[in-house]
Amino acid sequence: MTETTARISNTITGTTKMFKRSRDENKVSKQSDKFRKMDKESDNESGGETEQRTRALTQFCSEAGETAGPPIELPLNLPKQKLQLILNSLLKQDDNIPYSFFVEEKEVTKDLNEVLPEDYSEEKIVSILYQAQAVFKVQAVTRCTSSLPGHAEAVLCASFSPDGRFLASGSGDTTVRFWDISTETPHWTAKGHKHWVLVTAWSPDGNFLASGCKSGLVIVWDPNTGKQVGRTFNSHTKWITALCWEPLHLSEDGRCCRLASASKDGTIRIWNTTSGSAGKALSGHMQSVTALRWSGEGFIYSASQDRTIKVWRPSDGVLCRTLQGHGHWVNTLALNTDYAIRTGASDPKKLMKTIPEYIKNPSDRKTAAEERYRAALQQAGGVEKMVSGSDDFTLYLWTPTSNKRPVAHMTGHQQLVNDVKFSPDTRLIASASFDKSIRLWNALDGKFIAVLRGHVSGVYQLAWSADSRLLVSGSKDSTLKVWSVEKRNLLLDLPGHADEVYTVDWSPDGQRVVSGGKDKILKLWRK
Amino acid sequence: MPQNEYMELHARRHGKRFDHDEVQRKKAARAPKKEAKMAKKLLGIRAKLFAEKRRKEKIQMKKAIKAHQEKLAKKKAPEEVPEGAVPSYLLDREGQNRAKVLSNMIKQKRKEKAGKWTVPLPKVRAQSDAEVFKEVKSGKRRNKSWKRMVTKVTFVGDTFTRKAPKYERFIRPMGLRFKKAHVTHPELKTTFYLPIIGVKKNPSSVMYTSLGVITKGTIIEVNISELGLVTQTGKVVWGKYAQVTNNPENDGCINSLLLV
Repeated sequence: MTETTARISNTITGTTKMFKRSRDENKVSKQSDKFRKMDKESDNESGGETEQRTRALTQFCSEAGETAGPPIELPLNLPKQKLQLILNSLLKQDDNIPYSFFVEEKEVTKDLNEVLPEDYSEEKIVSILYQAQAVFKVQAVTRCTSSLPGHAEAVLCASFSPDGRFLASGSGDTTVRFWDISTETPHWTAKGHKHWVLVTAWSPDGNFLASGCKSGLVIVWDPNTGKQVGRTFNSHTKWITALCWEPLHLSEDGRCCRLASASKDGTIRIWNTTSGSAGKALSGHMQSVTALRWSGEGFIYSASQDRTIKVWRPSDGVLCRTLQGHGHWVNTLALNTDYAIRTGASDPKKLMKTIPEYIKNPSDRKTAAEERYRAALQQAGGVEKMVSGSDDFTLYLWTPTSNKRPVAHMTGHQQLVNDVKFSPDTRLIASASFDKSIRLWNALDGKFIAVLRGHVSGVYQLAWSADSRLLVSGSKDSTLKVWSVEKRNLLLDLPGHADEVYTVDWSPDGQRVVSGGKDKILKLWRK
Repeated sequence: MPQNEYMELHARRHGKRFDHDEVQRKKAARAPKKEAKMAKKLLGIRAKLFAEKRRKEKIQMKKAIKAHQEKLAKKKAPEEVPEGAVPSYLLDREGQNRAKVLSNMIKQKRKEKAGKWTVPLPKVRAQSDAEVFKEVKSGKRRNKSWKRMVTKVTFVGDTFTRKAPKYERFIRPMGLRFKKAHVTHPELKTTFYLPIIGVKKNPSSVMYTSLGVITKGTIIEVNISELGLVTQTGKVVWGKYAQVTNNPENDGCINSLLLV
């Protein structure tokens, strides 16, 4: 790395200011006449302050530690957009990729002035960390385009398929309903369950929907016809608490066939949907299993009311590890590659085009899913992380594949944590709690970032938008709120439901948000 | 086979025989035997016809028996789906009504004013001095009895050292000193073996509290850092109160309920 400092050339923008070559007034005349006027302005600005505060020696470096270009001297009141332009030109990128900048873990929101380190001096190099943000931008949903009545009881779970084409909802009236998104009307009503439909899960290729009910039955449906596929799986003795499909890149030929179900009776069963055989039963938990995740590394993580999280190997059903640490029931789990696994082969960028692209061939889907998973894992730093939220008001950050001990203990909530979600770019964690607040945490080390207040009753569920810039939350107070993550505040309030909102989901193409609740109505929200 | 109704006519005119009913009953009782005999005896085409007829009769009989049994068997009513569907994360939780929350707040305030607290054992039998202490004779002639030995389980802290034996009025035998207690969490329904921090209050007497005597109903403070509970501000809670629920001097262990 060369020690020579470079001055910013005029070619970038006309408004870039030139700095004084030395502090002496006499030497002003040496600069070209073109910039004399602007220079005099900058002189006047900094006239009152100490002259050290006008510029800084900066070096851009990426998250991995690589430096981008030589150290540059920059004025401190350079706005953030200009920093982006400079970085794009240094990295020789044609399209203007948006970045976020951090100086010693403080984010640059307006200009460098506010994030100056304490031991600042003009000689010292200030290193600016840059992180690429998603290129596509999801627009915030603002209005309710339709209320879809039809269910005879409260809507308990609603979700979009991974490619955003289908919408399915399960309710207390024992039916699963499929809705047509483009016309926002009902499509199919799938009857088969005998009790409330508690959980639904889309297969990562979008071809099947699995639903679990309160009497322990698991049924797989075909969204194109609304009919049941295969036989009902009836081995659980108590209600189903969680369902999880095998990730697409781990399946044999790109066809999703393995499904894991967790139940209140403390067991987890792995089913094969094509052959209809009852697979292994993973028993080991002493109380109800509350959350289940099939990781992209080939493990199954299960959280339970007996305060432990167990790591299983699905091939032979062996318990690999038990993660202990929580003091009360563990309610929810999230993996940092969750979004990539959920959406499988569908890239949100491709879905957002005017004519969305869908991959049809199963083997192509498998390779695409594998690529997306690897990219997400790399963005996270190559390590798979998991966060668990519990009734003891805290969250733990784990690296379950390597270590038994948690990486970080995230405290701060004042009531039980009901929902945790990693952002799609794996950098942030959002946790919703019954203490009416949502907290944002840094996913790398579990440090607290911000608290989002606004709800007047416990927050039940969260959903991230595909570009990780927006967060929508549904709460007991019957409202949904859209939060801006960059500004860390409330963007939009979406009232409209008559009673508690039990479920929210943001479609992977970023167009719509669905919410359902106790008032039996499903609402679709759009821009 | 009678061709006309002369038999009925005669019965109407002159009545039936006195043993008519008895005879009929006995004949009906003998009918199965007769049928069985016929079934064995008949041969050839007659046997086949008889067997066919009997088969049909038997089927009808079985149907009648099953119908009766169904009537007797208690049927499960077709399961009705209950109201009040809640998602899976709310299933094990009792949803509190908003009204109930407010009334709970008011009740809590009233309790604080009155100074009454709910403990698992609100009333316990008071232990008298004679029960708790045993006289120990001292002196050259063994006629001084100002020393007392505690016969109940005690807790002495880590930094406890005895006073000089000459001046020691209360003897707390080492065999009855306990450092750990079995504490049951009332909601989780699990029991932990936790170290005792101190004796908070013995319901019988202030003196027992200061001596550290643990009897049934005593409030002790236990170290719950093992449970990993956290306060509202994020600090880790490491001590909580528990109430002793057994007679430790009889059982050899201290069982208690955590006061949450």
